[in-house]
Amino acid sequence: MTTLSNDAQLEPPLLEVLDLVTYYPVRRSFIDSLQRRPRQWAHAVDGISFDLYGGRMLALVGESGCGKTTTAQSLLRMVEPTSGTIRLEGRDITHLRQRELRPLRRTMQMVYQDPYESLDPRFRGRQTVEEPMLVHGIGSGRAERRALVDELLERVGLTPPHLYADRYPHEMSGGQRQRLAIAASLVLNPRLLVTDEPVSMLDVSVRAGVLELLDSLRREFTMGVLMITHDLSTASHFADDIAVMYLGRIVERGPAKEVVRHPRHPYTRALLSVVPARDPRRRTTPHILQGEAPDPVAVPTGCRFASRCPFVIDACREHDPVLDPVSGAAGHEVACIRADEIESAALPEVVGK
Amino acid sequence: MSLLEVVDLNVWFDLPGSGRLHAVQGVDLAVERGERLGLVGESGCGKTTVMMALMGLLPSSATVSGEIRLEGEDILAGGEDTIRPHRWVDMAMVFQGAMNAFNPVQTIGRQIVEPMELHGVASGQAARRRTSELLEMVGIPASAAKRYPHEFSGGMRQRAALAMALACDPKVLFADEPTTALDVMVQAQILMRLVELADELDLALVLVTHDLPVVAQACDRAMVMYAGRVAEQADMDVLFHDPRHPYTELLFAATPDLYGEDHVVSIPGNPPRLDQKLVGCPFAPRCPKAMDVCRREEPLPLAIGTGHVAACHLNSPAREATA
Repeated sequence: MTTLSNDAQLEPPLLEVLDLVTYYPVRRSFIDSLQRRPRQWAHAVDGISFDLYGGRMLALVGESGCGKTTTAQSLLRMVEPTSGTIRLEGRDITHLRQRELRPLRRTMQMVYQDPYESLDPRFRGRQTVEEPMLVHGIGSGRAERRALVDELLERVGLTPPHLYADRYPHEMSGGQRQRLAIAASLVLNPRLLVTDEPVSMLDVSVRAGVLELLDSLRREFTMGVLMITHDLSTASHFADDIAVMYLGRIVERGPAKEVVRHPRHPYTRALLSVVPARDPRRRTTPHILQGEAPDPVAVPTGCRFASRCPFVIDACREHDPVLDPVSGAAGHEVACIRADEIESAALPEVVGK
Repeated sequence: MSLLEVVDLNVWFDLPGSGRLHAVQGVDLAVERGERLGLVGESGCGKTTVMMALMGLLPSSATVSGEIRLEGEDILAGGEDTIRPHRWVDMAMVFQGAMNAFNPVQTIGRQIVEPMELHGVASGQAARRRTSELLEMVGIPASAAKRYPHEFSGGMRQRAALAMALACDPKVLFADEPTTALDVMVQAQILMRLVELADELDLALVLVTHDLPVVAQACDRAMVMYAGRVAEQADMDVLFHDPRHPYTELLFAATPDLYGEDHVVSIPGNPPRLDQKLVGCPFAPRCPKAMDVCRREEPLPLAIGTGHVAACHLNSPAREATA
């Protein structure tokens, strides 16, 4: 979408993530602990860094198990990061205690995938939006809160507001529920909005509307949006930047259109090749990766994608690649030692069996 | 004579208390051997209900009318008695969430053998041999027959469900959102296999989904449903490049394409309630091209070209004459 002017880029990023690592302990059996076998760890997020500026939307894409949801949860401190630094508006929040975090919860909000589960079924629309105000002491009186609720409902497209204020979630469609959840997250005027698959549960006909709402809100409030999604078409249409994750690492990132049109990492290329085209005349040829991603408990040395990569050479299994800038494409980075040589090489078609 | 032909299919559901919901309202459909048909539309449009009616698997609160002709025989006429001999034998289906399609305490192999024995297709050694063949056909090693459903990944279970559906060598295969809950890579893989198998076995494949790009790539023809009715049906290429119903056009416009530059737009409003009698075109309240006549009269399905039918007043000859 729009690129920020150079002046804006000079501002410090809203969110800075540096070398974030989140491991989950793997359950040991009783016998193992008696024998003092070392505790094992699942490397859910294994050293990722990125910046997010106010007013921008970053899409984190990848298959299930790649660590995209754990990344979001670590940022919001819903799970404890193992190491690394998270800075929100310049302030290090990586190790803040829960009590110190509470005021920060106003700054960062989350919109969940399933608006059927995330809303309290006993709350009418008005209560859903009013609840965070009561918790955080916003609005001096009932009348003021009421006016604010109406304003927010109207802003998210639930018009006329009085109609939706009195409805229970079960009286609303999926799209309306998701709009209500967004309204509730906006009450506190957050700087960062994290959304986990915000439209995957919704009907095709209303998805675009909810995404457009997020798009306009981030511009209006210069709010940073981190969108977790598996849908590359959605990411390419609505996000400014895309970061592709594989087994706890970002393997490629850059401006959304650039990543989609000129992918450099073999994983990104395979991922893009399986997205079906809307036009039946444009036949898509899926390049299907064989096997599964390695076990996050026993991460291989070298490139994590080596076991499934069609372009693998011996060096890949020894050398753990880091994100390097792609020459001639500002902001585009790829973690692949062969990115330059294989750029024009065709992906072999692996026929799915 | 078509392999499967449906004429004026209607389904009503009794609602708790009083009232009825007219879920499917006069659907006509025909599908041939070797053909792949997509059934698309928003949730609640009746696409799954059509499929369940054809399989005779609707709950007892449903009332069905119309004709369902399988190789000429009306299998709806005698109710369950006339459908049962064909279910799983001539017509089979793959459900939406393969997680729930299996009994957790029986091996996968046992559950594939079961329909074969039940319908007298094969038994004993022959049935086990066919199970091995079926599993390999869908891309699972034959040795996996001894495993239990929980030992399978989501993609493997969906493949096993496909093997089970193919057990009795059906002529028609229904697949209801067969890949929706899966990862993109697995989704593409299973879809490819499904299409290849449909070709190899000369099956009529009916793919029920809300995912237009999947249908665009996998099917020859599609039927767009809205509010229990067929809005438009045509060859996939015609549907995309020359849609004659505004709903079809808007549905494509609401679907983002990886390389598309066009603005993705949602369709305002909601589908109508089906427990009340509809007057005029059901899509009129959401249609940007609605005219007075649309709110008064129901548009009837009109043939526009070969195999291309749309129910929209914009196509009526009277309108073209006055225009």
